Amino acid sequence: MIFQDIVFWMLAVLSIGAALGVVLVKDLFRAALLLVVVFIAVAGFFVLLSAEFLAVVQVLIYAGAIAILIIFAIMLTRDVQHGNLPNRYHIPAATLAAVLLAVLIAVAVDTKWDLLGGQDQIKAQAVQTSAIRTLDSPGDLVSLEKAGFATEDERTAAQQAGLADLLIGDFVLPFEAVSLLLLAAVIGALALVRPR
Amino acid sequence: MTLESMMIVAAILFCIGLYGSLARRNVLMVLMSIELMFNGVNLTLVALAKYVAPAGIEENIAAVLTGQVFAVFIITVAAAEVALGLGIVFAMYRNTESVDLSNATELRN
Repeated sequence: MIFQDIVFWMLAVLSIGAALGVVLVKDLFRAALLLVVVFIAVAGFFVLLSAEFLAVVQVLIYAGAIAILIIFAIMLTRDVQHGNLPNRYHIPAATLAAVLLAVLIAVAVDTKWDLLGGQDQIKAQAVQTSAIRTLDSPGDLVSLEKAGFATEDERTAAQQAGLADLLIGDFVLPFEAVSLLLLAAVIGALALVRPR
Repeated sequence: MTLESMMIVAAILFCIGLYGSLARRNVLMVLMSIELMFNGVNLTLVALAKYVAPAGIEENIAAVLTGQVFAVFIITVAAAEVALGLGIVFAMYRNTESVDLSNATELRN
């Protein structure tokens, strides 16, 4: 527990410091590199929250693909010498962001969250660790029993609970919609940059 | 590490991104700030998925993964947004030789 707290605070300082750097640093290229630091720190948060699959996706898509695209764009547009100038709305924008931050923190602290109870927490942990693969080896059965899945039905449910089962099962319509959206966005980007 | 501390970190990331996207003149900077905001939202969703009991958890234990599914969708939409956004940036740069948002006034009048 204490180790997790230390890692959490290190990641928090790293991600917030790097995020401040992204918006405040003069050099655009350095800002893009600091953005990669933020992405990797958020991947570390995902590992702390036992969302390992999302951490891998975060590193692959954000720190890999998106960061490379942005760095490419910065180099191709050759507007680096102007740097990262604020526009004339930067004081109202800072005020708005500070007010929103105060409201968000007040909501997060004051709300009475319906937290998972002790037994449920152990069960949820077991389901979240089965997120990537389906649990089926004999060792998994033992760990499921330890996690408090008493009956046969519950155990099969937890064995089948995985991100893939949810994505292709309950969320299949949004899944198809988002794949269509991605296809449309890529075709649109190609049409935009096509030489005339 | 509690739910509240995680959500406060996510809120700080979101608000830094909000400030950056409203107050910078470079359009690439605005895109990067929007990515920061996406990351704050994703962090909130995954933290809620870990700590908060979803409705109907007694019937379907897999409901604890719903927040992670939402985060997967947000990452996909963010990838689409960056692809399209950079396409628009290149088109704008080709037309005006600048990526300054204060100069992007072609749609005015």
